[in-house]
Amino acid sequence: MRSKIAHGEQINGWLFVMPALALLGIFLVYPILWSLWISLQVGKGSNLHFGGFANILRLFGDKVFLHALTNTCVFFVVQVPIMILLALVFAVMLNDAKLWGRGIFRTAIFLPCVTSLVAYSALFRSMFESDGVVNNGLMALHLIAEPIQWLTDPFWAKVMIILAITWRWTGYNMIFYLAALQNIDQSIYEAARIDGIPARARFFRLTIPLLKPVILFTSIISTIGTLQLFDEVNNITQGGPGDATLTLSLYIYNLTFQFMPSFGYSATVSYVIVVLVAILSFLQFLIARDKK
Amino acid sequence: MTGTSKITRYAIVYSVLSAATFVSIFPFYWMIVGATNTSAEIVKGKTSFGGNLLANIERLLEQVDLGRVFLNSAGLAVAGTLLTLLVSSLAGYGFEMFRSRIRERIFALLLLLLSVPFAALMVPLFIMVSSAGLANTFVAVVLPSIASIFIIFYFRQATKAFPGELRDAARIDGLREWQIFLHVYMPAMRSTYAAATIIVFMMSWNNFLWPLIVLQTPEHKTITLVISALTSAYTPDFGVILVATILATLPTLVLFFVLQRQFVAGMLGSVK
Repeated sequence: MRSKIAHGEQINGWLFVMPALALLGIFLVYPILWSLWISLQVGKGSNLHFGGFANILRLFGDKVFLHALTNTCVFFVVQVPIMILLALVFAVMLNDAKLWGRGIFRTAIFLPCVTSLVAYSALFRSMFESDGVVNNGLMALHLIAEPIQWLTDPFWAKVMIILAITWRWTGYNMIFYLAALQNIDQSIYEAARIDGIPARARFFRLTIPLLKPVILFTSIISTIGTLQLFDEVNNITQGGPGDATLTLSLYIYNLTFQFMPSFGYSATVSYVIVVLVAILSFLQFLIARDKK
Repeated sequence: MTGTSKITRYAIVYSVLSAATFVSIFPFYWMIVGATNTSAEIVKGKTSFGGNLLANIERLLEQVDLGRVFLNSAGLAVAGTLLTLLVSSLAGYGFEMFRSRIRERIFALLLLLLSVPFAALMVPLFIMVSSAGLANTFVAVVLPSIASIFIIFYFRQATKAFPGELRDAARIDGLREWQIFLHVYMPAMRSTYAAATIIVFMMSWNNFLWPLIVLQTPEHKTITLVISALTSAYTPDFGVILVATILATLPTLVLFFVLQRQFVAGMLGSVK
């Protein structure tokens, strides 16, 4: 009798998870393994043959790939710290229960998160023309003397993409910090205040260490997101000017769907992202374990 | 703390937050103002309302079958959301309520696969879909996203709070396992479903790269694909683009204001 119940439990357990597992097998596990196999093939279109590590060697001589890799790294090395710092500052300011208009500020800063990546990209594209609203505003504030060529200058095009991503995601990260700040026992702060520790020291010596796990978590999530950057560069700059804002995902897309497809090589480039993401996820795992 | 330094501190806090609010809100204002101006005025940075709204809407309607596009986006988002919630909550419930060593191993493997980037999947998925004759179909857009590891994990975490006594009582009453799921679990987990609905709906409504690859013909286009196509024109008509941008943003904006708490809960929960 008991074994019959246990047996029934087993069958029910499988029945509940089976639809999901079947779909994941077909649309996740199988493609990953297949893409590993294709990455060892060379040739154009459907005319593929085994090439061993030829595709990996091709990476090192491919200037466009190296450009895309550098751009992608520039995006996350510069953008993620700026965004995390801004989100932290806003969260700490908004964590003050006595602050008037707290809800309005919080909603406003969070609002960019409801836009779709394509819609806000189109929106930003319309703001950064050389006689456009952003340049007009900056000139009116006397921050710049002449218009910045956002769309045609390789340096400023990167800055524009970074500004766009920061606009879209700062509020999102802020929400995580606000949630974490609300879990901190306020008596710690009371004690520090009574001990006469100034606000700045409380921020750096109490808040930051207490939020460290969330900060690391959001940094890694944001970095993984930036590694896959596609919608923004595809819709604001199309990777241009030149290849100044080309990212790895956009390059894979171009290799597969814009040029004569070389599936093997695009799969190899995609594995570069897989490896980078795997390293980051492993770091996150180490940190999470460390926390326990 | 002395009185003056407190005032200085609040002055700094309010200036920083006001600046952040201005920067966050301005593009929304720009979107609405721009939709009433001509493309030439938008490019010149005109920040006041104009009288060109109807002309912009008219030109958008000339270029795209807007009803169709909206129906495509909404249909894909609704179907995708319902199927994802059903399949993924079943799995989250199954993993949590019926434990076995093999399934725990599988679950651990799923968590590892959570971080596989879509870029690594798009080439083989495209080849698979094409050889199955599903290229340029809505089925091909929805199918790969139904079993979402994110949402499975989200439901498994939430299920930990589901009281076991409820299930036991239902079993004594003679309910079958699928009936317990349908009549006891689902109603009890309403708020979890609400938060998950928002996050999945957002993801499908805003989905871009995969539909871009799969959907080719105009009658299959979604609102994100239309905006992208309008933007990549040699001389983009920004008046038309901004009207389309408003239409794409409105549904998620309304969702946010109506269900603010669940919205934030979904955001926080979906990556935890």
